[in-house]
Amino acid sequence: MTFELPNLMPMLPEMALLAMTCFILIFDLFIQDENRSVTFVLAQIAVFVTAGCIVGTSGPSVSLFGDMFTRDAMADVLKLMICLSVEIMFIYSSTYLKLRGLFKGEYFVLTLFAMMGMMILVSAGHFLTLYLGLELMALSFYAMIALDRDNARATEAAMKYFVLGALASGLLLYGMSMLYGVTGSLDIARVALAIDSGQVAIGAPLVFGLVFVVAGLAFKIGAVPFHMWIPDVYEGAPTPIALFIGTAPKFAAFAFFMRLLIGGLHGLVGDWQQMLVVMSVLSIVVGNVTAIAQTNFKRMLAYSTISHMGFVLLGILSGNVAGYSSAMYYMAVYVIMSLGAFGMVLLLSRAGFESDMLDDFKGLNQRSPWYAFMLLLVMFAMAGVPPTVGFYAKFAVLQAALQAGYVWLTVLAVLFSVVGAFYYLRIVKLMYFDEPQQLAPIAPRMDVRLIMSLNGLAMLVLGLMPQSLMSLCTYSIMHSF
Amino acid sequence: MTFETGVFYFFSTILLLSAIAVITIRNPVQAALFLVLSFFTASAIWMLLEAEFLAITLVLVYVGAVMVLFLFVVMMLDINLVRLREGFWRYLPLGGLIALLLVIEMALVLGARNFGLSHFALPGGHGAGYSNTAALGMQLYTTYVYPFEVAAVILLVAIVAAIALTMRRRKGTKYQNPSSQISVQRASRVRLVKMESEKPSVAADVKG
Repeated sequence: MTFELPNLMPMLPEMALLAMTCFILIFDLFIQDENRSVTFVLAQIAVFVTAGCIVGTSGPSVSLFGDMFTRDAMADVLKLMICLSVEIMFIYSSTYLKLRGLFKGEYFVLTLFAMMGMMILVSAGHFLTLYLGLELMALSFYAMIALDRDNARATEAAMKYFVLGALASGLLLYGMSMLYGVTGSLDIARVALAIDSGQVAIGAPLVFGLVFVVAGLAFKIGAVPFHMWIPDVYEGAPTPIALFIGTAPKFAAFAFFMRLLIGGLHGLVGDWQQMLVVMSVLSIVVGNVTAIAQTNFKRMLAYSTISHMGFVLLGILSGNVAGYSSAMYYMAVYVIMSLGAFGMVLLLSRAGFESDMLDDFKGLNQRSPWYAFMLLLVMFAMAGVPPTVGFYAKFAVLQAALQAGYVWLTVLAVLFSVVGAFYYLRIVKLMYFDEPQQLAPIAPRMDVRLIMSLNGLAMLVLGLMPQSLMSLCTYSIMHSF
Repeated sequence: MTFETGVFYFFSTILLLSAIAVITIRNPVQAALFLVLSFFTASAIWMLLEAEFLAITLVLVYVGAVMVLFLFVVMMLDINLVRLREGFWRYLPLGGLIALLLVIEMALVLGARNFGLSHFALPGGHGAGYSNTAALGMQLYTTYVYPFEVAAVILLVAIVAAIALTMRRRKGTKYQNPSSQISVQRASRVRLVKMESEKPSVAADVKG
């Protein structure tokens, strides 16, 4: 047997990230607690260098090691978005972590490892690497949630996530093993070839495997009825970790859907479309209705996430390029909105005060008109009010679903986003028309101030000029599938 | 029925019975021992499939390391079994129904109708000199080197996570500092005191 080592240049971002993470892991041991900011700066440098490597080595689509590592336009764009959201998370979270004694080297190292898992997942063209990337990401998350060991709720959330995550991985693996049994390959491109060429009859075993795979995927993005873990994890985890889990991994999950369902199992589109329709409807309905009853802001955001994932599924199930790119666009917009909302919780928290109840937002306008305005923009975007970016994202997804012929689904989604507008606008009402209960001054650091302002204004700017981000998404989907 | 089929049925029967015993038996130590038995029989079945390396690894890793560790945990921890069984009967109807549905589905799909010899050719056996381990190693370090490395990173994360979650530096714990131990000077440990030699006392004289 002859084996030739391929040109590893396309893998440079992952390799650079791994090298820097291992360096930080060792270097951090020699740093005193009061100098922990050095680790913080190094971790940020690692993210920037990774992003630089992605831009520097971008080129035409290539596959290494068979198809195990695939580098295409979608992978590059999603990886850059992951880097950006991790960097913003670092900036938002540092003060919160310092005040709670969580500002430790492990936090940064595990974050970078999770980021690496996402990048491996985004670039995977093989069941094996898909699964390994997923596990690398999930394992880091389990540990990060439990990092605040003495907090009973965080430990409980970590335990729940761990058990349910293991179950979902089991479902996914079982489905994959079934697909392997039928098609005889773990390589996604070859699975697609076997199905499309009619070499394998589309029968019960294939659909059986598909059901398990879709269930595992749905668990990972938290679509109803596999959503139970999301509210508990968001509420129980320390806010920066909840922010992390609510943002960057969604890109990885999107890539997972695209690689597996569109890249590999497009021949079974009729079968998975039905499943996604059911999950999408349930997510939009359950997410929006349950969110109304919440009094905890983080829990409310969790249910809002579930409903947003319903919209993303709506784009994916349309089954055409416009649908996929609108789903990718929705995911990007969702992540920016989530960063803003969780970032605001972090910004308003202080030592011994989490600021995660709805009542904590009362009278924010009197305390700080600017941040109240920023949160207003984020909430308007989540509700889908024009001219914010949330409106355009919903519009694009619904248009794709309409073109695919799902009229009733579109009508239902619109109706329930009106229901959803209630709890987003309730935040606005609390901020502008109620008397403040908290009177502590809001004085975040300079970088947090800057990023939060940019984050809020992005809602408006991207909403007024949606074409640039949308064309990026369309370009990356067109050049990848 | 060939000899091999007979052996297969023999081991499969033991495997299934011991697996059922693992989840039904009340004593956790016995359950763990039944799990060991099921690992052994599973490895025997792998041996029949000519997957010697996997069979040996299963015994070495799972029986030799994981289960021994598990037995230790079971013996060390005082697990309240009554609390663990709480709600068993409440969840049984729904859980049982789902399990039954799954079993029926699997029976319908996974039979010889879909996965029989008419669909897949019988894999040919290898000669006596064939080394399973060498072939696996060849694959692992060439074609599958990328996932192999990723798996290594996962193990690294597991180590980092385990240490981050369990290591506590308690205040006031006594521990040795090897570096100060080896750099110790004689002067700081032994104090030589000069003193005059004394005459034996009277009482010692009397005794002698």
